[in-house]
Amino acid sequence: MPLFFEKKQLVTPGDLLAEGDYLAGENTYIEGNKVYAQRIGLADSENKRVNVVALRAIYVPKAGDVVIGTVTEVGFNGWTVDIKAPYTAILRASDVLSRPFKPQNDELSQVLNAGDLIVAKVASYDRAHDPQLTVSEPGLGKITRGQIMRVTPTKIPRVIGKKGSMISMIKQVTDCQIILGVNGVVLVTGKNPEDEELAMMAIQKIEAESHTTGLTDRITQLLKEEKAKMEETKNE
Amino acid sequence: MSEKPEKLIDKKGIRLDGRKADELRPIKLEVGVIPNADGSAYVEHGKNKILVGVYGPREMHPKHLSQSDRMVLRCRYHMAPFSVQERKSPAPSRREVELSKVIKESLEPSVFTDLYPRSGIDVFIEVLQADGGTRCASITAASLAIADAGIPLRDLVVACAAGKIDDTVVLDLYDAEDKLGVADVPVALMPNLNAVTLLQMDGILTPGEFENALNMAIEGCKKIYAMQKEALRAKYMTVKEEAEE
Repeated sequence: MPLFFEKKQLVTPGDLLAEGDYLAGENTYIEGNKVYAQRIGLADSENKRVNVVALRAIYVPKAGDVVIGTVTEVGFNGWTVDIKAPYTAILRASDVLSRPFKPQNDELSQVLNAGDLIVAKVASYDRAHDPQLTVSEPGLGKITRGQIMRVTPTKIPRVIGKKGSMISMIKQVTDCQIILGVNGVVLVTGKNPEDEELAMMAIQKIEAESHTTGLTDRITQLLKEEKAKMEETKNE
Repeated sequence: MSEKPEKLIDKKGIRLDGRKADELRPIKLEVGVIPNADGSAYVEHGKNKILVGVYGPREMHPKHLSQSDRMVLRCRYHMAPFSVQERKSPAPSRREVELSKVIKESLEPSVFTDLYPRSGIDVFIEVLQADGGTRCASITAASLAIADAGIPLRDLVVACAAGKIDDTVVLDLYDAEDKLGVADVPVALMPNLNAVTLLQMDGILTPGEFENALNMAIEGCKKIYAMQKEALRAKYMTVKEEAEE
């Protein structure tokens, strides 16, 4: 019952990963008693489960996920929101207004208009129905300031780091608030645009080099250097 | 087209372009060439130059084409007006519509379409320069682009043709051999699963010759498959090497 890969090896779709008494984990599939890779990514195994950490994948909604989306359409009793998933999400008017919604009294486009960005939570989703969003929790709702960037959804855990080490380090150094949408959209809000640029640069570097080792150290160094440069130009 | 030469393959077994009977044309594969697309690939197979962009999985438009139990794969094979000697009308021809369908059907078995029901993927194949065997090169590149988009696959699909010129079975026919030769057998394959997803034949072969051609094409596919995997890895390996220095 052998494994056919080394830990953290880069595998491509169709690569044979294991044969025999193994289970197919993330981004893998079983045919007969052989486990193959589904996506390009880094192979890994845990007990009898073979996983591939994908380097690229689309976001699949899951109830409870915090996502960042763009309002694409104002409807009769709600909005449609693009959350960078295969499906557009629905946000109901009654959920936003926190009081009964009366079409004759409320003009929906004055609450949220097409093009507005929102932080929301996925309330429900299954294969047969489009995802529904909710903003009725603290911290959710319309985004008024900050900058938006996109990374591959599979790299969000890498941006967070072990127990949030990476993200808290970036937050601390750049003095920015960062909201990571599980769908790969990131909101960076800082005191000034330079800080935001710095945080975004760090996140971009993490995305590009997520499959390499010693990343946290490199990011720490990068941030320190850039921060020093900023101080210098300020003092001049 | 110039006059038909007397022989397409000489006594020593050397073809008009200098290749041996079982030799492939030089192939170059590249992944991630269109940042705007979700996945993309570029292939140079001999003188063929083909660009592929993949979008999705995304919401299907028009909506009535979506399937409630699976994702829909759409393919558009298109030849640029400047891709051949005589200007080709940019409107889709009968041949292009057929090739779009053939390519779609050879890629479909490799995609896990049941994972994202009601959605669709669009594969756009642009032939920038054509020199015979574009359907095979298109399939090879399209499968790479789909993998690059992060769409789950059973295996990469590779395609390669074999055929008969004069009285010899040869691998990977180019334009002149295709037009003046006896037969052409394009084959698409998922090598790790040993599954053929496309098998066509244009011309006449004896059963023995056909088997010979099929095996030759499968061998060719396996060679291209290695390059395909290399191309997919290359996108990430270069970053890794630069970063870890």
